Parts: sequence; C-alpha cells; structure tokens
Amino acid sequence: MELLNLINDIQAADPEFADRISPRRAAIKNITSFGSKVAVAALPFAFSTLFKKAYGQTATPSVNDVLNFALTAELTEASFYNTAFARAGLINSADSNAIGLIRTDENNHVNFIRGILSSNESAANKARSTAPIVAGNFNTWFDFSGGAKGTVPGAGPFADVFNSYAIFLAVAQAFEDTGVRAYKGQAGFLKGNKTVLTAALNIHSVEARHASYLRRLRLLRAPSTVPADFRPWVTGDMTTASGITVTTAATAATNPIYAGEANVTQGGVNIGGIVSTKAATEAFDEPLTSADVVNNILSNFLKTS
Amino acid sequence: MKTTTQENLVEKGMARRSFLKFAGAGAVAAGVLATAASCQKHGGVVSDPQVVDLGTGDIAVLNYAYALEQLEAAFYTQVVSTPYTGITDAEKALLTEIRDHEIIHREFFKTALAGNAIPALTPNFSSITFTDKASVLGTAKAFEDLGVAAYNGAGYLIQTTAYLELAGKIVSVEARHAALIRNLLGQNLADDSILDPSNGLERSKTPAEVLAIANKYVSGKPLSAPALGA
Repeated sequence: MELLNLINDIQAADPEFADRISPRRAAIKNITSFGSKVAVAALPFAFSTLFKKAYGQTATPSVNDVLNFALTAELTEASFYNTAFARAGLINSADSNAIGLIRTDENNHVNFIRGILSSNESAANKARSTAPIVAGNFNTWFDFSGGAKGTVPGAGPFADVFNSYAIFLAVAQAFEDTGVRAYKGQAGFLKGNKTVLTAALNIHSVEARHASYLRRLRLLRAPSTVPADFRPWVTGDMTTASGITVTTAATAATNPIYAGEANVTQGGVNIGGIVSTKAATEAFDEPLTSADVVNNILSNFLKTS
Repeated sequence: MKTTTQENLVEKGMARRSFLKFAGAGAVAAGVLATAASCQKHGGVVSDPQVVDLGTGDIAVLNYAYALEQLEAAFYTQVVSTPYTGITDAEKALLTEIRDHEIIHREFFKTALAGNAIPALTPNFSSITFTDKASVLGTAKAFEDLGVAAYNGAGYLIQTTAYLELAGKIVSVEARHAALIRNLLGQNLADDSILDPSNGLERSKTPAEVLAIANKYVSGKPLSAPALGA
C-alpha cells in the first residue's frame, strides 16, 4: 500500500508527524481500520483530511474554544429573536408559537453552554447581552442589518429586518442554516468527549429543525421572496436561488452561508449518479469551519469579535 | 478523554490499541492488514444466527445507519408509489424528494460498507395504512424523529473522524425532514417528547432503544448490535 509507505516516509522525515495528525492517536486508529474495503475506497478523502489536520491548521481547538464559538452563534440568535418579539406586529400571530419555541430554544442553548463553560467563557461572550434591542436594528454588540463591517451602523443589506416579516424570516433562515453548518464543523473536535459531543449533536439537530421550519414558512408567508420550489433542505450552493437575496449587497453577505453545499462527493464516494445531482446535494448538509463562520458570516452581524 | 463506557464498547479493539501503544506509529504499516482483518470483519463466528448482527466498531455504527436508511427508503418508496387518499401535488413532490434523499443515504452506506454491509432488509409495514394520510405522516414523523435520535445518540461511538462528519452531514437532513413532516401534520416543529424543554436539546436515543423500535418494522431476523449495547 503506497499510502502507508508514504506515512512511514513522512514519519522518518518528521518524527512528530503522528502527534501532528492527532495528539490523541485518533489518526493512527484510523489507519488501522484501512483494511476493509470501505476504508480503501475512502483513502484519498481520509488522507487529505489528515494532511490538512497535520499542516494546514495552527492548532486544534480545545473543547472550550468550540463551546465559546458555539456560544457566540447562540448569543447572536437569542438576541435576534428576543428583539423580534419585542417589536409589535412583526411576527404573524399564527406563527408566534413556533417562532416562540425557536426563541426559547436559542435562549436555552445560551444558558446551557454558559453552564458548561462557567469561568471558561470568553470575555467577549461575557460582554454580549441578549436583551432586546429597543429601537432600530443594532446595539453595542450586534448589527442585525448585516452592516457590522460597514461604516454606518444599521445600514446593512437587511436594514428592514425588524420592519419586514419577509426580511426577518430570511435573516432567521440565514442564522439557522449557518448554525447547522457551524456545529457540524466542530463535531470532529469533540470526538472522545461523550458528554459535550452528544450535547452539541443534540443542539445541531434542533438548529436544523428550526431552519427547516423557517424555510417552509418563507414559502407559505412570503412566496414572492423565494423560488416556487423553495425547500426545507438546502439545494446546491444556492448562489442563484437562496431566496435570501434582496440586493447585491445581500448576496455578498449570504453566499458564504451556502458555499460548498453543491458537493456530491461524500467519503470518497460520488453520490451524484444515484438519483440526481440536485438530490445528492440536498441529501448531505456540509460543514463550515469556525473561521469561515466568523469571518465571512457572523462578522456582518457582530459589532465586536 | 474516553469514558469508561466507550472503553467497554470498543473492548474488542483493545488488542489493536495495545499494539499501537507499544509499537509506535512507525511500525503501524506492517500490522495494518492483519489487525484490521481481525477486528473489522462483519459478523464472525460468535454471531447469533437468529439475528442480523451489525458487527463491531465503526462498521457496527455504519451498519446501524444503513439499516435505518433502508427502512426509511423502503417506507417512502411505498408512500410515493401508493399515495394516501387526498394527497396534494405539493405534498407528493415533498415526499418524493424525501424518498430520493433516503435512497441516496441507503446507497451511500451500501457502497461505503461494501463487503461489511448487512444484507438488504425486508421491511414489515403491516402496521401502516398507506391509503391514510394520518397513518402515513404519523409513521414518517416517527421514522424521522427516530433517525435523528439514533444518529445523535451514536455519534460518540464513532471512532473515525471522517465517519463522524458524515453522520453529521446526514442527521441534519433527517431533522429537516422531521420538522417538515410535523408541519404537514399541522404540528409545531418539535415538542417535549423529542426536545428537552429545560435546555433546548434534542433527546437522543441509545442503539438499544432505537433497535427496539426499528425491529417492529423488520421482517425475519431482528437487528442486533451487541458491540453497541443493543
């Protein structure tokens, strides 16, 4: 097996290779499972992951790093929904039970993660308040217009987020779909920690339920803002059909949310021919790195990082 | 950081782990094929012939997912081929797309598992009235919620990061299905039976809990996964 010889060669040249690819020997355990057909089929995929791990990242995030990252996303969501419920007439009364549940979930997630982190909560997260924004669309910590990178607060592409139900639903979808990808991208860093990994997975699926519901709601309540076949699941990378797009600036702000979702190669297996390329992209949601989430998405909404 | 439970569950892999501990990474290549063959073979001489044994280690978890995806794909295939009375075009389109996703999941696991895959299951859907909307959507809801709870509850049992990531890619799609089915039933996106109201977390299920439910929909030999405590 050429690849295993390669590992030996690297080991000779770089005695710390094994530690680089995994301080906990997870990668070595991976190698021992390569005897089966499944693993051989997955080799190129698995090895590219190993090398990225070994040399592409400066450090593996700690469990506290992961939790603080998740908390930042949850604080953003909680503040967003708390503000929406403080605005009379924004939320359709027929939807307030469901969106109220989403709001409760996000506030519960904040409290749950804070409870685990305790004194390890980052200073930036500690400073962030989820109290409703009384007027306008921004406060000291958040800019829900999506304009946090701009020079004028509250003047981003979603400036009417708390005046227009359609835009509110679009931004809510953006946060939930981002949340799904954000948690998914962190699962590997929690491997081996049964309690935190399982809790993260149990939040991840709740975010996906939220995203599904909000997408469905947009089709029912604001059909003119989404394609006729808009779905609770993610079709392709949505660069032309996100339904979130209201302006060119909004497209720039939301394209990173779906970048990479057109992938049809899973675990080294091309699944595009099983039914259709479209269905293949829908059947698997894709992860995002914390850097992609923070730098390309949350940075539009977080006034302080 | 492994828990005691995990160590017990992967007990059969201990020979491999001990070998690595003392031999070091450089010597891995020589032992790879032998150790992998000894601990990854599906079934094995100790298997109970009266059950479908999912195997050990990551193979068991992948077969666990493969079994659930087989049942879901078969269910939605039947739903689409014999639609319930009064189905709307919109509902049929959505259920057809869900069917396609489940078929892709099933075929993905079948390809990935190759020679380690359990056989094709024969479903038992005698409890479902396929002409009745409430029966069909009620069962769909149960399958989707079960799938989410199963993936969430088995995540920590997965040893290989790439497989954990793949499970994560699939489970969120199942959760999207679950919320939609509830919407079609006129229900909220979640309730206390699947969501803990004290912390907003989904209630995951152990493989033993899941297989006890899934086996009601399997004809012939029941699914069994001693390596996963089920």
